[in-house]
Amino acid sequence: MHDANANRAAQTFATLTASAVLVNPVGLHARPSVKLTQLAKGFTAKIEIALAADGPWTDAKSPVKVMRVKAPQGATLHFRVAGPDGEAALAAMLGLVHDGFGEA
Amino acid sequence: MGEIHLTGHPASPGLAIGPVAVLTNAVASRAAKGDPAQEAAALKAAIEGAAMELAELIATVHGEAAEILEFQVAMLGDDALAEGAYEAVAAGTAADEAWRAALDAEIAGYRAADEEYFRARAADLVDIRDRVLAGLNGADAVAQISGDSVVMGDDISPSTFLAVDWTRGGAIALASGSPSSHVAMLARSRGAPMVVGLGPLPWNGQPPSLALVDGDTGTVIFDPKPETRRLFEHRMVAANAARIAADAGRLKPALTADGRRIAVLLNVAAPEELAGLDPAICDGIGLVRTEFLFEGSRGLPEEDAQYAVYRRILEWATGRPVTIRTLDAGGDKPIAGLTVDGERNPFLGLRGIRLSLARPEVFRLQLRALCRAAVHGTLKVMLPMIAVPAELDRANAMLDAEFAALRAEGIACARPPLGIMVEVPAAALCAEDFGAAFYSIGSNDLTQYTMAAARDIGAVADLNDAGHPAVLALIARTVEAGRKRGVEVSLCGDAAADTRLTKALVATGLTTLSVSPIAVARLKAAIAGVSA
Repeated sequence: MHDANANRAAQTFATLTASAVLVNPVGLHARPSVKLTQLAKGFTAKIEIALAADGPWTDAKSPVKVMRVKAPQGATLHFRVAGPDGEAALAAMLGLVHDGFGEA
Repeated sequence: MGEIHLTGHPASPGLAIGPVAVLTNAVASRAAKGDPAQEAAALKAAIEGAAMELAELIATVHGEAAEILEFQVAMLGDDALAEGAYEAVAAGTAADEAWRAALDAEIAGYRAADEEYFRARAADLVDIRDRVLAGLNGADAVAQISGDSVVMGDDISPSTFLAVDWTRGGAIALASGSPSSHVAMLARSRGAPMVVGLGPLPWNGQPPSLALVDGDTGTVIFDPKPETRRLFEHRMVAANAARIAADAGRLKPALTADGRRIAVLLNVAAPEELAGLDPAICDGIGLVRTEFLFEGSRGLPEEDAQYAVYRRILEWATGRPVTIRTLDAGGDKPIAGLTVDGERNPFLGLRGIRLSLARPEVFRLQLRALCRAAVHGTLKVMLPMIAVPAELDRANAMLDAEFAALRAEGIACARPPLGIMVEVPAAALCAEDFGAAFYSIGSNDLTQYTMAAARDIGAVADLNDAGHPAVLALIARTVEAGRKRGVEVSLCGDAAADTRLTKALVATGLTTLSVSPIAVARLKAAIAGVSA
């Protein structure tokens, strides 16, 4: 399972962090959550999100857990990424948030 | 089993014959419970089955509806959702109980959210919960209902209704239910015959295989004798011929037998209803119900989303007048995060304009979106549940303020005229006292408030008669007030589509009637038969 891979990856690769403000009108709501988790699942890296720089961290590949975060519009979303494709993953996640999840 | 006749209340007109599809109740409990391993396997199968059903359903819908379902699929596909349920199953709990408890906890988390958007998502989780429960209980879920069936059950939810392709000739027969429910409105606009309030269904075990539904009289016949079926089919052929004849006159203006011109407008709930319709069938849109924008699981709509919908409707109308009603929530139309829960008598509570004035931040957004849309056509805005002139005055002041603010921001906008719904007897009796730009009579509420009888309470439904002289007198009084003040009066309730009332309504002096698109042809044919 990807979790096991991610854990192994986390031991070998540097942990990258970054944050972005949720600019789309409804925060990390249903559609954005689905987009975010779908994008995250495309990477091997372990990807986590949080509303504060020191966590608590949530698996960005689980729509159920991402929805539990209930991140509102204007919130700062922190990312923590570790894995072989960590840099690409982080860039892609930040890009998605900056683009407002493709919502008008 | 012999032929069974049941009588209920007509909720959507038309005749239909079809195989019976029984809606099973997801809360029914399971017959037997296995050991933890069997229970876990049953839960897994039910979750996978639910995801497959949803995937099939997604293939049949577009846009927003598909996105809602994709969210549900994503949630179902996530092991985190069922984690707690599997733990409880391992500890000896039955699969259905464990799943219900886990999902109820998740749902409670959504309902407790600060943000309305997240609170509104609880409805999706309820849908997910019930779909899996239906699978666990061996019930056939919604996706298997084919559009040529007569769908039977106690009641039917809007999402269940929307999952069926009603163009295939099916119908709905309900033990309880209400002619004024949202499903009944949807059924009328899609042309699906519907009968409600049939009472307990009189068979044990094997349900009937075939049903004849008469949505005009409110009767349903199960397992008809060949002769009964033959007669019914004759009626269907005749009704069909009449409909085709009426359809031929659909594009022509409505004139009474003695040559009076009656404007026929449309009632719509969403721009999708206008797809494929020729604007030439109507003289404009008399009622756009905006609460459909606010409900479901989408949360309160943003200004831009509202503007886009209003603009699409105005563009469809190509210059014909479009009357959009501001949010009419409350009463039988609760909206998560907006209406008040647990009011003792919600029909006499905080609903319609009362709610909008109590929640100005929501109302302002709608007024802004309306002002912006107004540049794309001939927009009129009406306020629901007005009782006293002060309510109209306050709304007018808010509309002025939003219009001025948009202008100051340099945003394209126009100030639409503001009219009132006349559905509270006080407003009908004192109609002349309102500085309204127009009056639109909401006959459903006007009837229930005048007769003190709800349509969806079977024991008093007969009193809920829009043709009662008291209701007609209030309509006539409103028409007279409009004439004196030189403003338009229309009627947009279900009474407009009830062709038995057409003559009486025209006799009150009304010259504008607004009905769902499916009723236009019938109404025009009925108007042609009216003479003074």
